[in-house]
Amino acid sequence: MALDSKIPQGPIADKWTNYKNHIDLVNPANKRNIDVIVVGTGLAGGSAAATLAELGYNVKAFCFQDSPRRAHSIAAQGGINAAKNYQGDGDSTYRLFYDTVKGGDYRSREANVYRLAEVSTNIIDQCVAQGVPFAREYGGLLDNRSFGGVLVSRTFYAAGQTGQQLLLGAYSAMNRQIGRGKIKMYNRHEMLDVVKVDGKARGIITRNLITGEIERHSAHAVVLGTGGYGNVFFLSTNAMGSNVTAAWKAHKRGANFANPCYTQIHPTCIPVSGDHQSKLTLMSESLRNDGRIWVPKHLKDVEAIKNKTLKPTQLSEEDRDYYLERRYPAFGNLVPRDVASRAAKERSDAGFGVNATGEAVYLDFASAFMRYGKEQAHVKGLDEDDDALVKKLGQEIVKTKYGNLFQMYEKIVDENPYETPMMIYPAVHYTMGGLWVDYNLMTNVPGLYAIGEANFSDHGANRLGASALMQGLADGYFVLPYTIGDYLSDDIRTGPISIDTPEFEKAEAEVRKNIDHLINNKGTHSVDYFHRRLGKIMWDKCGMARNAEDLKSAITEISELRSEFWKDVRVPGTENEFNEELAKAGRVADFLELGELFAKDALQREESAGGHFREEYQTPEGEAVRRKEFQYVSAWEYKGEPKDAILHKEELTYENIKVKERSYK
Amino acid sequence: MSGILNSSIGRKFAMALSALFLMIFLLQHFAINILSVFSADTFNEASHFMGTFWAVQFIAQPILIFGVVFHFVMGFVLEIKNNNARQISYAKNNGGANSTWMSRNMIWSGLAILGFMGLHFYDFWFPEINIKFIEGDMSGLIDPNNAESGYRYMEHLQHKFVDVWRVALYVVSFIFLSLHLLHGFNSAFQSVGANNKYTKALVGFSKVYAIGIPLGFIFIALFHYFNH
Amino acid sequence: MDLTLKIWRQKNANDKGKMVDYQISDISPDMSFLEMLDVLNNELIEKGDAPVSFDHDCREGICGSCSLYINGEAHGPDRLVTTCQLHMRTFKDGETIVIEPWRAKAFPVIKDLVVDRTAFDRIQQAGGFISVNTSGNTIDANTIPIEKEDADNAFMAATCIGCGACVASCKNSSAMLFVGAKVSQFALLPQGQIEATDRVLNMVKQMDEEGFGNCTNTGACEVECPKGISLENIARLNREYLSASLKG
Repeated sequence: MALDSKIPQGPIADKWTNYKNHIDLVNPANKRNIDVIVVGTGLAGGSAAATLAELGYNVKAFCFQDSPRRAHSIAAQGGINAAKNYQGDGDSTYRLFYDTVKGGDYRSREANVYRLAEVSTNIIDQCVAQGVPFAREYGGLLDNRSFGGVLVSRTFYAAGQTGQQLLLGAYSAMNRQIGRGKIKMYNRHEMLDVVKVDGKARGIITRNLITGEIERHSAHAVVLGTGGYGNVFFLSTNAMGSNVTAAWKAHKRGANFANPCYTQIHPTCIPVSGDHQSKLTLMSESLRNDGRIWVPKHLKDVEAIKNKTLKPTQLSEEDRDYYLERRYPAFGNLVPRDVASRAAKERSDAGFGVNATGEAVYLDFASAFMRYGKEQAHVKGLDEDDDALVKKLGQEIVKTKYGNLFQMYEKIVDENPYETPMMIYPAVHYTMGGLWVDYNLMTNVPGLYAIGEANFSDHGANRLGASALMQGLADGYFVLPYTIGDYLSDDIRTGPISIDTPEFEKAEAEVRKNIDHLINNKGTHSVDYFHRRLGKIMWDKCGMARNAEDLKSAITEISELRSEFWKDVRVPGTENEFNEELAKAGRVADFLELGELFAKDALQREESAGGHFREEYQTPEGEAVRRKEFQYVSAWEYKGEPKDAILHKEELTYENIKVKERSYK
Repeated sequence: MSGILNSSIGRKFAMALSALFLMIFLLQHFAINILSVFSADTFNEASHFMGTFWAVQFIAQPILIFGVVFHFVMGFVLEIKNNNARQISYAKNNGGANSTWMSRNMIWSGLAILGFMGLHFYDFWFPEINIKFIEGDMSGLIDPNNAESGYRYMEHLQHKFVDVWRVALYVVSFIFLSLHLLHGFNSAFQSVGANNKYTKALVGFSKVYAIGIPLGFIFIALFHYFNH
Repeated sequence: MDLTLKIWRQKNANDKGKMVDYQISDISPDMSFLEMLDVLNNELIEKGDAPVSFDHDCREGICGSCSLYINGEAHGPDRLVTTCQLHMRTFKDGETIVIEPWRAKAFPVIKDLVVDRTAFDRIQQAGGFISVNTSGNTIDANTIPIEKEDADNAFMAATCIGCGACVASCKNSSAMLFVGAKVSQFALLPQGQIEATDRVLNMVKQMDEEGFGNCTNTGACEVECPKGISLENIARLNREYLSASLKG
C-alpha cells in the first residue's frame, strides 16, 4: 500500500489557495441530497457539523455525552494561537508555521501545517463574530498572551476557559443548524463501528447509551472528530469518557493509524495524591508565563520539606534550583512541553521531587506577585517599597489572570497557592498520533475523514501550547468543508444509502457479538481493574522516557492483559439498558489493543523526538537525539493482532524549513 | 406584547408591578394611620376625605381592589405552576443554605396577610361601605343627625383596639407582612429588571421599609390599645 | 473515613425508585466525591450488584456533566465547585450523606442519579446563537472594539457550564439563571444586538414550554451555581424580555 499524501503542487504559500481554486464543488441543490455523519462534537466535530450544515449538507452528528457542549474540548484552558500580529511583535503566517514545525520536532507534514497557520487568523474572526468573549484590553481590542516554545504573543484567550468559550461558540453554531433541522443530533450515542460499502465508508453502527439499542446510520461520508487516546494511560487529563474506540474501529476497518507513540506529557498538572485517583487535573501552561519552576538545590532540604520541618517559602534563593532557567536560558520557564516535562522527571528521578511520592516540583508565583505589585504601586502612586502592599497588589493582578486556576488548585490540594508555591508534575495530556490522513484530511479509506486530535497531521512529535484549539477549529470550520466537497462531488447521483445491506448487517452482528461476550462473561474483576493495570504498564514503560527492553516487555504484558481481560472481566447488568460499565468495557477493550500498537510503534522509532524520548538516543547532557533516517510518519495497517500490524512510511520532506537541531537554549 | 401574561417573565412582571403599587398604597395607608397617634382631628379629616372624595372612592379604590385580587390570584397561580415544575420532592433539601426563609415562604406569609385582610375588612371596610353606600350616610359623623357629634373614624378605630386578641392578631399579621416585604420589595425590583449598581442602594432602603412600615402599624395598634 | 450513604436508585425512567442505604469505609479525605462513588461502585460490581449510575466526564469542573444533590444542596455543601471538585474532606467521619438526582419535571430521571437535561439544549437551539455563517471573509476581529467591562461581563455570563444546579436548587425549578446567562452574554456584545429581540422571546418561550417553573427571586441558584453566575443576569433577562415584548 502506497501512502499518497495528495499535497498540491506549487509554492507552499499558494498551495491551499490553488487547491481551493481547482477542486470540484457540489452545487447547493445537490448538497441537499447528500448526507454526512460527524462523530464527536468537540471543536473539530462541532465546527465541522455546523459548517457542513450551513453549506446545505444533511448532517447527522453523534456524541456519547448528554449534550454536544460537553465534549472534552471544553476543558482546554490556556488559549488559541493565531498569526494575527495584533501585538506587532513580528508574527506572521510563516513564523507560526515555523514554530509549529520546529515545536513538533520536524515530524509533521509541512503543507498541512502551513495551511493551519494560514487559516488561523480566520478562526479568530469567525469566533468573535459568533460572540465568543475573548479577553480584551482596556482599549476594547483583543488581548494576547504568550505560550511555550515561541517568542511572540499570539495566543488569544478567555481567562482560563478558552476551550469552553470556543466550544460553546461551535455548539451555538450547531444549535442554529439543529433548530433549522439541518443537523440531526444524536446525544448519548456511541459509535461502535464504521461500515464500508464497495470500499467506501458509508455509515456507522451506534449504541444508544440510554436504551442500549444498536442502530445503523448511513451517509455518503463519515467524519471522525473523536479526539485523542490519552486515556490508554488510565490517568490523564482527558475526560473519563474520552476514548479511542471510534478511531480504533476505523483502524480495524482499514484506516492506517499514524505515530501512535507520540504522546504529549503536559508539564504542569496537579500531582497524583493516591491510588484512588481517577484522573489528573491540568494547570494551564499559561501559568508558566508568570510562575517559576524550581526544586531545592540540596537533597537535605528536600528531606526537610517532605518531613514538613521546612516550608518551601523559607528556602533562600541560592538554595533553589530554577532548573529550566538554568538549562534553557533563552526560553527559560517557557520551553516547549516535552522539554519541560522531561526536565521535571529528570529532577524527580534524581531525588529532588518535593512531595511524599517524590514526583512533584514547585511552580512559584512569588516573584510575579512582586513584579506586578511594583507596577501597580507605581501606577497608583503607592509606596513601592512596602513589600506587604506590593505583594497584595500583585496577588490581585495574578488573581484576575489565573483566579480560576488558583481556586481549582486550592480545592484539590487544600493548600493556598497564593501563600505557598504550587506543586506540579507532568501528566498525559494529548496524543499527536492518530488516524493517518492525507492533505484532504481523508484517511486511506475513501469517504472516511479524521479531524482534530483524532488525526495525526499537524503537530508532529510534540504539540505547542494553544495549537490544539487552533487545529480543531481550522479542520472543522475551514479545511474539511472544502476538501469533503471534492470527494462528495462524485456522489451527487448516488441517492440515499440503504442500511438494509449485507455490509450493515455484518457490522451490526459483530458489534452485537462483542457486547454479548462482555455481558455474558461474568468474570471476577471490574473494567477499571484492567484499565488501571494497563495504565500502569503504559506509564512505567511507554511514558516520558522509553527504552527497547521496557517496550518489548510492555508489548508482551499488554497482550497478556488483553487475553486476561476477555476471560475475566465482569460487566454487570444487561445490554438493553443504561449501562456505563458496558460502555467502559468496550472502550478499555480497544485501549488494550491500541496500547500494544503504541508500544510497537515506540520500539520501532529508534530516536528521540518530541514527546517520544528513547533513553538510548540522548546527548551526554540528556537532550533528545533525533535521527535523520526516522524522518517519516509511521502509518500502521491493521492485520488482525496489533503485533502483526504492518508499517508504512510516509517520508517527510522539508522544503521551506531547514531541519536543524531543536534547541531552546 | 400580546400574551405577555402567558409567559413566565410576563407573569412575574405583572406580579412585581402589582406589588410595587401595593407598597405605595401601604405607605399612604400608613401615613394616614399614623396621624391617629398625633391628632385625632387631622386623622378624622384625612379619613373623611379619603372616604368620600369621588376620585378615591370610584377610581383609586377599584384599582386597589383589582391590584390586591390580582396579586393574590397570580400568587396562587404561580405557586401551583411552580409546584408542578417539581413533581418528586427531595428527600433532603437544605433550602436554608442558599436562600432566606422569607423568599421560600412567600405563599405562607401571603396567605397570612390575606387572612388578616379578611379581619381588617370585617373591622373597617365592610362597616364603612355599609354606612356610606347601603345606609347612604355620607356625613362621616358619629350621629348623622347631629352635626356637632364629630367624625366617627377615630372613635371607630379606638373601639377596635380594645380587645387584646384583636391587637395580638394585628401584631402577628404585621410580622408576616414584614416577612413578606423583606423578600418582596427587592424581588419586585429584580422582576422588573432593575439590578445594577444603583439598585444595590435599594437593598438598605428596602429593609427600612419592610421592617419600618409594619413596625409602625404595630406601634399604632399598641398605642391605641394602651391609650383607650 | 467511614460513611453511610443514602442513594436514590431507579432502574429506568418508568421505575418508581427509592432511597437505598450503603455503608462505605476507608475513604480518604483527599478523594473527590466521585472517586468515593467509584470506590462504592467497584465494591458493588465485585459483589455482583448493580453500580450506581451518575453522569460525569471531565472531572475538573468544566463539562457540566456531574449533577448530584448532596445533603440537600446541588453539588454538595461546598461553594463554587461542581460535584467532581467536591472533596471528601468537606465531610465528617461517620457522617450520613444523602445523594439524590436533580429533581425537576423538565429533567426526568433516566437512571439512578442520571437525568435528562436536553431541555437546556432545546432552549439554546431556540435562539442561543448569533446567525453568522462560517467563511474566511468575516470582518477582522479587531474592527469591533468592545468595552472591557462589557466584554468581561459577557464572559462571566458565558462561563455557565449548563449543569442544571440552578434548576435543581430552585424551589420552583426555574431555569432563569441558565437562560439569563446565555441571553446576557449576547445582550452585552454588539454582535448580539441584531437578533436580540427574537432571541430572548424564542428562548423564553422554549423555556416555558419545557416545564420549568417561574423565578421568584429566592437567589438560591446564584448561591449554588458552581460558576458563580450572578442574579444580575436574570434581571437583564427580564429587561431584555420586557423590551422585546414591547417591540415584538
